[in-house]
Amino acid sequence: MDVRSQISMVFHLDKCIGCHTCSVACKNIWTDRKGTEYMWWNNVETKPGTGFPTKWEDQEKYKGGWEKKNGSIQLRSTGKGRVVPNIFHHPHQPSMNDYYEPWTYKYDELFNAPEGNDQPTARPISMVTGEHMDIEAGPNWDDDLSGSPVYAKNDPNFKNLTAEQQAQLFAIERLVFFYFPRICNHCLNPSCVASCPSGALHKRGEDGIVLIDQEQCRGWRSCVAACPYKKTYYNWQTGKSEKCILCFPRIESGQAPACFHSCVGRIRYLGVLLYDADMIDDVANTPDDQLVEAHRAMVLDPNDPEVIRSAQANGIHDDVIKSAQKSPVYKFVKEWGIALPPHIEYRTLPMLFYVPPMLPVMTTMDGDAKKNMNEGLFPDFDKARAPMEFLANLFSAGNTGKMRYALKKQMAVRQYRRAVTVGDISMEAALKMLLEADCSVEEAEGIYKLTSLCTFDERFVIPPAHREEAIEMMKDPLEHKQEVGFGLREEPERGA
Amino acid sequence: MAENITSFDYLNLFLFTILPYVALFTFFLVTIQRYRGRGFTYSSLSSQFLENKMHFWAMVPFHYGILVVLFGHLIGFLLPAQVLAWNSEPMRLYLLEITGFIGGIFTLVGLINIMVRRLSDARTKMVTSTADWVVIGILIFQICTGLYTAIFHSWGSSWFAASMSPYLWSIVKLSPEIAYVTPLPFFIKLHIIGAFAMIILFPFTRLVHALVVPNPYLWRKPQVVRWHWDRKKIRTTEFKIER
Ligand code: SF4
Ligand code: SF4
Repeated sequence: MDVRSQISMVFHLDKCIGCHTCSVACKNIWTDRKGTEYMWWNNVETKPGTGFPTKWEDQEKYKGGWEKKNGSIQLRSTGKGRVVPNIFHHPHQPSMNDYYEPWTYKYDELFNAPEGNDQPTARPISMVTGEHMDIEAGPNWDDDLSGSPVYAKNDPNFKNLTAEQQAQLFAIERLVFFYFPRICNHCLNPSCVASCPSGALHKRGEDGIVLIDQEQCRGWRSCVAACPYKKTYYNWQTGKSEKCILCFPRIESGQAPACFHSCVGRIRYLGVLLYDADMIDDVANTPDDQLVEAHRAMVLDPNDPEVIRSAQANGIHDDVIKSAQKSPVYKFVKEWGIALPPHIEYRTLPMLFYVPPMLPVMTTMDGDAKKNMNEGLFPDFDKARAPMEFLANLFSAGNTGKMRYALKKQMAVRQYRRAVTVGDISMEAALKMLLEADCSVEEAEGIYKLTSLCTFDERFVIPPAHREEAIEMMKDPLEHKQEVGFGLREEPERGA
Repeated sequence: MAENITSFDYLNLFLFTILPYVALFTFFLVTIQRYRGRGFTYSSLSSQFLENKMHFWAMVPFHYGILVVLFGHLIGFLLPAQVLAWNSEPMRLYLLEITGFIGGIFTLVGLINIMVRRLSDARTKMVTSTADWVVIGILIFQICTGLYTAIFHSWGSSWFAASMSPYLWSIVKLSPEIAYVTPLPFFIKLHIIGAFAMIILFPFTRLVHALVVPNPYLWRKPQVVRWHWDRKKIRTTEFKIER
């Protein structure tokens, strides 16, 4: 057992209101420099929809992630042998057209336009060329456009849905959508790292944050193609790739990352998971239908004395272990089993989990009787507006069992709370539902509390950084003793 | 002998004995210093992201072409005797010459496409610096004089091994033997001088990315984990298992 600690995340999709506050918070801090304008380390998508960059989930096009081949897993894009030819021209690299051309407006024309009969306008100008441009796409161009034949229709997650199921999603009275906020998943088996020819991409051992060493990156762009989530971006100005850094300077000083901190819907949870790094290779090689379970099995119980001993032996600080014991992520993922990894079939073992949304079940009133309800207590999830397969394609590699479990449990908790607070459902029926959903009363209360009443400190359990070790993580303090700050750093300028 | 020295000789002396050392000195000093002090600027500076179609027809022929050409020069320099032996058979000589020539044509085609692309695509133009044009210019110059030589002073693979290789080795041995190069035709001399100029420009331009080709990748393990602290240092031992 090789215990490591990983800062992990849960996004509760039912709570996301699609306000994009998270994206803007991130952009203002990290990606408002030249060459990064088009990057959205955090972005919020509408599902069904094509996402950002367009159709990123279509790995036939982008060749991201791993694939199982001859008993082992291989990068879909840049197998070792192909790395040299691909370096000159990467055949699967997305271009700016797959994202969008960033623009601003010529605001001074509003003030400087000569007097005339028409209102002055601020024309859009490209932030790349500085020339006037016609805006064709933006980072959330499909926002709220469910049912759109251009966007929603082309969602890659429809791949194995029947024509009938698909048609259902486009009937006007059945339209449904939800928001899908995305950041880098700080994966356990990151294909971005595995593909980097320069070894610039790496995982920080202490907390599992995946970073690109800017000094070592040579702009070969392999990571951009290899990340199936398209969460590494190429800075066309500096000629280096960049990605979400999980606000590690904030984490090291005990603050939640900016997108977490600013989240209006309070959908985000962050905490430590202890996992067994010896299992990475095997888990990444598991058949599709067992992936969710295998991935979950890697996460270790932070209260198990055996695990604690191994963690200590690996130099994990006691405070980190304690923090893991309080981790909200552990509860959602492991104890309750209602948070699922996005597209785990890419086999990068993402460490950002999603609580799937409880989209409304179609119930119609037929006289006095509700229609489309099941015989039993639960509404018929298969009649839910978004087909179960669609959600399962997104969050459990098509494993509808796991998806059903997560939804059922959430539904039971809601009915139980309804019995407690409103009382129009009998407690007896509610308890029966809980039992059927594999959920105890304490668990239901826990889910309810962490979902709706959670405080800041319950949502973000950040391991104390220990100043002495936090500095150790960045630079050896003695190396630059008696200098100003940490010595002169190089300016991130484009080379000649 | 002194009265026979002409200004032409001085020029030869400068170009073929002093210039190579200036070039090598600049090359090593600046590349190393740039790597140490401004390592951030070592990048391929790829613009594929901005323009993805013409990029293929520019980059692929150029890089494969120039690799063939450079490799050919390197072999001629390192293994002159073996090259001469190989060339003793006319068929093999033709094969070698044609391979090199095709490499040169590929490079030229790639370079022309590079120019067209950088002039015609608005986004790519934004990331094209003066230094880039200087690089393109010197490369075009080199490939043109090189192809000219290949056509009009044929069987270069043989005479390179016979006279260029000893000359280059004499530079390496710090006693330049100018007599190997002074009788060479004008265009070949231009090509040699162009090569020294390119070595001088190399460390100041994007060409440095050729020095950071990713060789360790083929051997390293797929995953890279960096530890910033000593993993085996037990941090505290008084942990009590809270139940
Ligand atoms: S999502 Fe995973 S593969 Fe993509 S950049 Fe992040 S760590 Fe790398
Ligand atoms: S800030 Fe929170 S609620 Fe708003 S879009 Fe982002 S994740 Fe959703």
